[in-house]
Amino acid sequence: MICLGIEGTAHTVGIGIVRDRPFGILSNVSSMYRPPSGGIHPRDAANHHASVFTDILQKALERANIKFNDIDLVAFSIGPGLGPCLRTAATAARSLSLYLKKPLIGVNHCIAHLEIGRAVTGASDPVLLYVSGGNTQVIAFMNGRYRVFGETLDIGIGNCLDKFGREAGMPFPAGPKIEEIARKGRKYVGLPYSVKGMDVSFSGILTAAINSLKRESMEDVCFSMQETCFSMLTEVAERAMAHTEKEEVLLGGGVASNERLRNMVRKMAEERGAKFYCPPGELLVDNGAMIAWTAILMKKSGIEMDIDETAIKQNFRTDEVDVTWRH
Amino acid sequence: METLIKKGAEAEIYLSEWMGRKVIIKKRVRKNYRIKEIDEELRKQRTKKESLLMSGARKAGASVPIIYDVDLSEMKITMQYVEGKRIKDCIDDMDGKEQKKVCKKIGEGIASIHKSGIVHGDITTSNLILYKDRIYFIDFGLGEKSSEREKQGVDLHLLMEAFKAAHENEELFNWVFDAYGKNFEWADEVRKKVREIAERGRYMVRE
Ligand SMILES: Nc1ncnc2c1ncn2[C@@H]1O[C@H](COP(=O)(O)OP(=O)(O)OP(=O)(O)O)[C@@H](O)[C@H]1O
Ligand SMILES: Nc1ncnc2c1ncn2[C@@H]1O[C@H](COP(=O)(O)OP(=O)(O)OP(=O)(O)O)[C@@H](O)[C@H]1O
Repeated sequence: MICLGIEGTAHTVGIGIVRDRPFGILSNVSSMYRPPSGGIHPRDAANHHASVFTDILQKALERANIKFNDIDLVAFSIGPGLGPCLRTAATAARSLSLYLKKPLIGVNHCIAHLEIGRAVTGASDPVLLYVSGGNTQVIAFMNGRYRVFGETLDIGIGNCLDKFGREAGMPFPAGPKIEEIARKGRKYVGLPYSVKGMDVSFSGILTAAINSLKRESMEDVCFSMQETCFSMLTEVAERAMAHTEKEEVLLGGGVASNERLRNMVRKMAEERGAKFYCPPGELLVDNGAMIAWTAILMKKSGIEMDIDETAIKQNFRTDEVDVTWRH
Repeated sequence: METLIKKGAEAEIYLSEWMGRKVIIKKRVRKNYRIKEIDEELRKQRTKKESLLMSGARKAGASVPIIYDVDLSEMKITMQYVEGKRIKDCIDDMDGKEQKKVCKKIGEGIASIHKSGIVHGDITTSNLILYKDRIYFIDFGLGEKSSEREKQGVDLHLLMEAFKAAHENEELFNWVFDAYGKNFEWADEVRKKVREIAERGRYMVRE
């Protein structure tokens, strides 16, 4: 089976083409909307997605070296995400499916991060630490569903880094820049470490970090911010592992590109005798291949969707999905 | 004669003896993934705070292990050993009537703790032990002194998530909350917070 998946929950639009047997990501093309200044505007992002769509579709087909008719299934990110972006992806997917006369499946974005990680890393039953711009969740499989064991009580970790970066005059997205600057940090500037059970919150750290820029060097503040935020994330991942008694940890989301975070989680896993997994960068960030692959799993487990079941779900929760493809 | 009985997420739990009694020693261990500055401060703070909160909650009438000794150089607390079973491990094997009874006690316990101006910070089903008809609250390591409805809401939200995540019966949390409501006058406000927290954390729309 060959599936074309469309991702479009936030500022990235992506198309991936995936084959199940033998497993292969035939192509995975994306384009990211970068706001000229300030934060992301959902409508502008959606316009961007619409304007580049045919272009990346063409590229995806070319790179996969397949024809339109080879596609057996069309998939898209149905939620959670920003309304205008989701609508753009859904509309494109519906027209493709109608045109090709092939079935259409809507995929939960967070679960797609987990499934693609399992597919390419060999993790079988991991706790997923999913850290992106808008999402920060600790997810694991239990009783037929992917359950959220911990999450942010306010803003996502990527958001926190990006907002700090904006205040500090860095271009969007600020995560990579903060990582680079943090390498030169030496002194730990105390920031409010905030873990509640398996939940975290970042708004206090954000405010404190911005304030401490007045007294401390950029290097030390970036370093301290990473150390604090990532220690928190590693701690909640470990708590979820202990609580669920799982022995694998998997990373997902753009913030997992960060080497310091990876090293922390790897170390944590090592110390508890667990296994650490992290997919390659292009599959960490929002991408179409993860949507395509998850749709294949869904389809093969018997899921069909009528057009009226493909309405977008802005607040689609991870644990709403009946995970028919796992036992 | 210390026997390691559990390696928790942040602490090692030893069964030992102290002045002829069976005791639990909770030792917070170094985490090498985080820098010393964060690690030592956290472990010290949490050890200190946990012991204070445990005695506070106990005075307020909740069932909590008695503390015998606190050692801040080794980051360890020596406390009464509670013999029973964790709620996580036993609630699914009970019939509905028993479950309801247990949930009622959990709700009453949380109410006593909240009335005394303490929030637990980590009310999961592994941190509740059923022993001789009483529900013991352990692991106050993430708790704090606070009467904020928001934080009380986080306490209950956490338990709700823990029930939802790992236990079949959907009534469990409602039973807990009924008993909580009968014993804590601000319960309605807290319930509102629980609902808010559940909605808010999911997906934050960027401005
Ligand atoms: N090296 C890095 N260190 C820290 N953060 C990083 C790094 N590289 C990227 N990021 C952050 O990752 C985020 C983007 O990740 P991703 O593409 O997975 O998610 P998104 O599109 O923002 O949101 P979502 O998945 O929540 O819809 C940005 O916030 C960015 O700052
Ligand atoms: N006073 C006690 N009496 C009996 N058993 C106890 C006692 N204190 C702790 N335990 C046991 O040890 C386990 C871990 O204790 P605790 O929760 O305090 O540690 P932790 O490292 O914070 O672990 P967790 O991952 O559960 O948060 C408990 O789930 C319980 O089984």
